[in-house]
Amino acid sequence: MKLDCKHVWEHISGYLDKQLDPELLAAVERHLENCEICSAVLDSTRNILILTADDRTYELPVGYSERLHEKLALAIAKAPDMGG
Amino acid sequence: MKAATVTNESALIGRVLAGETELFHELIRPYERLVYVTIFAILKNETEAEDAAQETMISAYRNLRSFRGEAKFSTWLVTIAMNEARKRLRKAKSAAENSLTEPTEDGDGDFTPAVLTDWREIPLEALERKELKDKLREAVAMLPEKYREVFVLRDIEELNQEETAAALGINVTLVKVRLHRARMMLQKLLVPYLKGQAPARTGFFRRWFQ
Repeated sequence: MKLDCKHVWEHISGYLDKQLDPELLAAVERHLENCEICSAVLDSTRNILILTADDRTYELPVGYSERLHEKLALAIAKAPDMGG
Repeated sequence: MKAATVTNESALIGRVLAGETELFHELIRPYERLVYVTIFAILKNETEAEDAAQETMISAYRNLRSFRGEAKFSTWLVTIAMNEARKRLRKAKSAAENSLTEPTEDGDGDFTPAVLTDWREIPLEALERKELKDKLREAVAMLPEKYREVFVLRDIEELNQEETAAALGINVTLVKVRLHRARMMLQKLLVPYLKGQAPARTGFFRRWFQ
């Protein structure tokens, strides 16, 4: 199987999620070995996902948890029997 | 470990329903972040997101009896969170329109990533940079809603495909297609801010370097 760049781009996500079947995976890897452009697209995408999964990218507001449990306590006090 | 968590969880749910309502606090504690971030990434506003997260948890409490245990509790919570976020988004819709033009979902994936050859990795220092995180959040916020939802659940919350599909009420194939589009759109939006970075070693980050 021989892939051109455009086809490889279609499989970037599947590649990162390890979902390509073996034949396609081999073809993508062969292409990546010889293609700077596609390697860079892959690396940039992967790096974005690393940054995304970093807990510090999305931070909770200070005091969020405390306020949440206060509100919950009120709601629980109002409906203590769960309708049962 | 995971099985124990699940068992504890169903036991906890049983006890809350049986009248130990205070235990609901413990039940939701592991998911506080999940619920907030899911909603924030959709609503893009801290105050609004916090309010919606509170509503979500209260609604989960009031409707706990309708949780049947077919889905995971976390998925059930995310579904409620997503609905709450969508409801609020719809209300605010008339305000600002800042979405990208939505590409069509049929066809064979006609998109082009930003092509670049002058850098390979984001150095670790760059990952620490606050501006880059800000840019990422902005870029996520710019995604059209249906792509953003999938991206949030898969790549921010790290739900699996099946959980994401269940939470959004769509099939797994659509999850894959939308996730791919979302990632490629982000790549395109973010490349200008990553350019010019020197190569660096890759690190220790969770699932991407196994």
